[in-house]
Amino acid sequence: MHAEPLSLIFLDAAIVNNFVLALFLGICPFLGVSAKKDTAWNMGLATMFVMLVSSAAAFGINWLLTELDLLFLRLICYIAVIASAVQLVEMFVKRFSPALFRSLGIFLPLITTNCAILGLALFQTTKEYDFVQSIVYALGAGVGFTLALMLMAGLREKLALTRVPSVSQGAAMSLMLAGLLSLAFMGFAGLGGSHG
Amino acid sequence: MAELPNTEERLTPDTFLRGLWEENPVFVMLLGMCPVLAVTSTTVNALAMGLATTFVLVCSSLLVSLLRNWIPKQVRIASYIVIIATFVTIVDYAIQAISLELYAALGAFIQLIVANCVILGRAEAYASKQKLMTTLVNSLGMGAGFTLALLSLGTVREILGNGTILGISLFPADFQPWIVMILPPGGFFVLGAWLLLFNWLRLRKERKATGPIGVTADAR
Repeated sequence: MHAEPLSLIFLDAAIVNNFVLALFLGICPFLGVSAKKDTAWNMGLATMFVMLVSSAAAFGINWLLTELDLLFLRLICYIAVIASAVQLVEMFVKRFSPALFRSLGIFLPLITTNCAILGLALFQTTKEYDFVQSIVYALGAGVGFTLALMLMAGLREKLALTRVPSVSQGAAMSLMLAGLLSLAFMGFAGLGGSHG
Repeated sequence: MAELPNTEERLTPDTFLRGLWEENPVFVMLLGMCPVLAVTSTTVNALAMGLATTFVLVCSSLLVSLLRNWIPKQVRIASYIVIIATFVTIVDYAIQAISLELYAALGAFIQLIVANCVILGRAEAYASKQKLMTTLVNSLGMGAGFTLALLSLGTVREILGNGTILGISLFPADFQPWIVMILPPGGFFVLGAWLLLFNWLRLRKERKATGPIGVTADAR
């Protein structure tokens, strides 16, 4: 477990077990902010940042709580850290790019309830990654999330220009697209070795 | 902080029924999609997840409703999250005690109930403004609607992907299961198909309502 090379961890999180398309984490922002490519890109970056911060923090918390034998508090501590990290990003974005702040809208505070981030913290604990491995895992997950978001946004931008039957407009069509993307990503199965 | 009395809802059958159909958290509001897609590869998992989520939803809504006049507005989201996380921890340990098999099947998704936007959404949009009794009924309805949605995905995926329902075989031995249905893409496809069905029903109703002479709304 500890001998797992960093490149494999990265590849596994980003592509083979892609957080969105294979593990179903972070579906809400995936469907919600994937209408335009630039919004999707910024959302991906913001999420990746929160992932890195919360992954590092989760590592510390887990160590501390194991020392103190208070593991039942883990979930509450993780979510509190994530909420604070999101608050930080929100303040940062609001200060330096009000336009971006507006375009992300409600989905910025909702990063807190993005299960990809909490999922990342929980998975790295289950997999007993050390600090460097955790950070690489978070980076991979962030890249994978951004990749999925960008692919979806590209497809939906094209889709907006085509005529689809009125019955399949909206979420139904997005889900079908996501299904096809997920099918494509299944082609990578087995590349990374062990499955989470 | 003091709410006007007329914003509080009267208790009607609709308080419960709305969550089942009109405002179904999954099919209409598209909330809480992650567990909906991830744990519905079998009916049993779907049911367990639905019940666990309903429990957390009802308990946390009740507590939020009880404390609604004491929670300061600035820190309300954080307070709700802590309340939700507490109940999720209880559920997590309870399922571990009841069935280790189920615990393994649901995996991290039990703890991820914390990040289920249905629950936080209810706390923010409903429980923080309503009285205890209406909150109880409404969150029960929402939970039932969520469970219903999970079940409708779970049964379809289990029947198609495994040829069974609740573990009982439905087809003759030479049935070839559609393995893809219990794999991740199947989740997207089945949910997409349900939404297509509901869209179709809605459009048909609208057409009927406008009558044969009326011009239908969709130009396509």
